[in-house]
Amino acid sequence: MSLWAAMIGMTLVTFALRASFLLLPPGVETPEVVRRGLRYVPAAVLTAIWAPELVFHGNDLQFSLENERLLAGAVAIAVAWRTRLTFATIISGLVALHLFAWLI
Amino acid sequence: MLLGVAPFGLITGVAMVASGIPAAMAVLMSITVFAGASMIASAQLLGSGTPVLLVLFATLFINLRFMMYSASMRPHFAHAPLRWRLAVGYLVADNVCGLSLGRFADHPEDPAKLEFFLGVGLVIWIVWQLAAAAGAAIGAGLPAAWRLEFAAPLAFIAMSVPFIRDRAMLAAALASGVTVVLAHGLPLRLAVPLAALTGIGAGLALRK
Repeated sequence: MSLWAAMIGMTLVTFALRASFLLLPPGVETPEVVRRGLRYVPAAVLTAIWAPELVFHGNDLQFSLENERLLAGAVAIAVAWRTRLTFATIISGLVALHLFAWLI
Repeated sequence: MLLGVAPFGLITGVAMVASGIPAAMAVLMSITVFAGASMIASAQLLGSGTPVLLVLFATLFINLRFMMYSASMRPHFAHAPLRWRLAVGYLVADNVCGLSLGRFADHPEDPAKLEFFLGVGLVIWIVWQLAAAAGAAIGAGLPAAWRLEFAAPLAFIAMSVPFIRDRAMLAAALASGVTVVLAHGLPLRLAVPLAALTGIGAGLALRK
């Protein structure tokens, strides 16, 4: 039951965000500070999603060179920076993960 | 771009089923919600018994970036008929908007912007749905030793890093990353919204 409620709710919330500015009447201006602030949303939100996955194991902070997820994440960041390709980033990160796990 | 959509869709399908969502439900959700990052996060939250309201709150923050895309699409489509603006709204997603914004920047006077957006959106939508359905069907069938769950954060790295083109954007990402780690212990998964707000603040403070 809660699964259905979650799905319907997520559908509505997500569609409202997507359609928001597209449904405003043509004359309405977006406040400058909102437009500027929104620029930083993808970088800020997406980083907040992946960063904990690299350094936490459950609730333990593992900020060390013996954490293969942190090292593989660093490789993936470098590849994403250079290539901007999703596929190359995922593959290199997974390969690096297994390589570092094997080395450590 | 398509090369990135397929693996991310596959991972999303696998991750949802692995979190305990029935495969048919995962496919339905993929069609109605159509937002991979929030579906992976929500499936994990639902799997660990988080109340629905909190799941919706997490969805709101993770998908807040769609509002930014919506705002950046508005100048191009403000005068299109409502039914097409609704269609554009449904198809707003990271890669669809990334491709379209690149094209519109190169061809600002293109009379066929709507056709371009809807065409790109439809292709990506189909690839995504097929990949997510395949992932849901495979479900827990993949060996755990492959550690494919790590592909989800990798996909988010691939989506976020290309945004970092200047100092302010780097500050936004760094501030958010540091905050989310420091705030990890907060209840109700408050670390993500707090980190997002800190990151936006850092970006605004450092902008030129």
